[in-house]
Amino acid sequence: MSVERLPDLSGHFGRYGGRFVPEALIKALDELEAAYRSAKSDPEFQATFQDLLLNYAGTPSLLYRANRLSAALGAEILLKREDLNHTGAHKVRNVLGQALLAKRMGKPRVIAETGAGQHGVASATAAALLDLECVVYMGETDTERQALNVARMRMLGATVVPVTNGSRTLKDALNEALRDWVSTVETTHYLLGTAAGPHPFPEIVRDFVGGIGVEARQQCLDQLGRLPDAVAACVGGGSNAIGIFHAFVPDEGVRLFGFEAGGDGVATGRHAASITGGSVGVLHGNRTYLLQDEDGQTIESHSISAGLDYPGVGPEHAWLHDTGRAVYEPVTDDEAMAAFQLLCRTEGIIPAIESSHALAGAAKIAPRLREELGRTPTIVVNLSGRGDKDVHTAGAYFGILDKVEPVVPGENT
Amino acid sequence: MSIADTFAKARAENRAVLVGCMPAGFPTVDQSIEQMIAMHEAGCDVIEVELPYSDPVMDGPVIQKASDIALAAGVRTRDTLKIIEAVASAGATVVLMTYWNPIEKYGVDAFARDLAAAGATGMITPDLIPDEAGEWIAASDRHRIDRTFLVAPSSTDERIAMTVANCRGFVYATALMGVTGARKTVSSQAPELVARVRAVDPAMPVGVGLGVGTGAQAAEVAAFADGVIVGSALIRSVLEAPDRATGLRRLRDLSSELAEGVRDR
Repeated sequence: MSVERLPDLSGHFGRYGGRFVPEALIKALDELEAAYRSAKSDPEFQATFQDLLLNYAGTPSLLYRANRLSAALGAEILLKREDLNHTGAHKVRNVLGQALLAKRMGKPRVIAETGAGQHGVASATAAALLDLECVVYMGETDTERQALNVARMRMLGATVVPVTNGSRTLKDALNEALRDWVSTVETTHYLLGTAAGPHPFPEIVRDFVGGIGVEARQQCLDQLGRLPDAVAACVGGGSNAIGIFHAFVPDEGVRLFGFEAGGDGVATGRHAASITGGSVGVLHGNRTYLLQDEDGQTIESHSISAGLDYPGVGPEHAWLHDTGRAVYEPVTDDEAMAAFQLLCRTEGIIPAIESSHALAGAAKIAPRLREELGRTPTIVVNLSGRGDKDVHTAGAYFGILDKVEPVVPGENT
Repeated sequence: MSIADTFAKARAENRAVLVGCMPAGFPTVDQSIEQMIAMHEAGCDVIEVELPYSDPVMDGPVIQKASDIALAAGVRTRDTLKIIEAVASAGATVVLMTYWNPIEKYGVDAFARDLAAAGATGMITPDLIPDEAGEWIAASDRHRIDRTFLVAPSSTDERIAMTVANCRGFVYATALMGVTGARKTVSSQAPELVARVRAVDPAMPVGVGLGVGTGAQAAEVAAFADGVIVGSALIRSVLEAPDRATGLRRLRDLSSELAEGVRDR
């Protein structure tokens, strides 16, 4: 297929993307775009970024042939081990790139939104490394659910602000970060956590995490001597997915699959599947697919995975869906948790619940691809994060947590 | 009265226009109509009806809370149109303030048609910039709705010129870099921003919003702007009142105080 250069000059992927934000932010977005263009073509910036990725973040991440999982699924499964990166997920690539960009723009302060706390921890990490002030907005519901990540951010020197309005979750944290940014834009860079939001964020985040796909493609050529039949990733906002898809988009023979959080099932209405269970609208600065009621009010999303629990999706995914270049399907909580357990037991790897959606999706498409191709298919799965943060959720799901009485300091125990 | 006539009349009286904002359906549909008519009677020249939205990124805590209350009570887009109709029939000049997604969901042309039929004269779009507004510009032309886009202290001269060229009725100047909400002092950035708009188009009325909450502040803004836009302070007088009658009385009192302010430039 002929690959258009997207987004276009006005920041659109076809009809998606764009800038639906207050005028007060336009200058900052223009400055960010200009700073990014100059950084992109500056060998020194790129060398600094690559050095941090190599020597600090621990990339390129491995492409690991998961033999026992492959046998269980009837497909050759290659895991892109983003879970082994510093901070435990692909997100470190984005935060390092954007923190360097903040430095380059002379902005001493970064703000971020976070749901489960992973992007917040990654942002606090990059801010500590590059000596930036960091404020993280987090829905109050999430600060309670993810107390350990709140502590991590504070250890790293960040200020965590619990957001008490709206549904008190990720979308409200994002609203609050935008409100902060409108007031502080002269000194502050908004370190957006996914490939969504107003232009140029979807492009910048995609490019910073795009190394995932570039590496995986080369690793396939080196290890297999050919490209895979399919690439699978989970999709919330969609940064890990666009990160691994982008390099493969021109490769017509490589099928791209994005797996959205189906929650209790798309038919129940309790899910976070914006493309497969939502409709086109405008949210958080861009036109895309989102969960909305018939008046265009945002509907709260539901997923066992906090990282996928978001009612929108990045605009490039909306475009890849409409053009048919990528296929998006929902994976339910139960399907994801079954895949979570399967990877633990077959490979000794505890995946993030987010990434478990990609594993469950691979299990679904394996038999279809086998039939279509008439041979064992090769599927690259983006293992976007590790599951340490999910031990409590998964332990509760599987009913394997022993009841432990809380230890009260000063009492005999 | 049209927006243009409202500003022309105020200009002839050597005063500024007072624009008072209230979310539709806050705290109920009937009470919001009652409040808006009270504001109109107490001296608000223009009633700015805000369509409650789940994700109002341009709004501070007061309007967020009022919008949440309205949405929790089940207000719908069609209720907002009914409210506009009731307030316009009472003789008020009505403009709608709305985030973009509810309009896109309703259907842009259909909404412009129904908004005009309800009696609104204009629409303010806080998260729609002219660059993305092709469909809205066509629909608002077709159904004769005045378009108000925002300019901000951070706007470049080029963007101010482009934005003003796409406005009809008045342009909304956000007095400061921030969200809606009353502040202790009037922004020092506001007079310069108004001057920059005037330099582009001396005939385009400029309304200044964000941070105005008292008669004295209204007077201060009226000294350099064509319109003074007040939202959070009016809403708070209802939000914090112990009962309905007290809320209405405080709302009338503040509206009168602000109306005196815009006449004391």
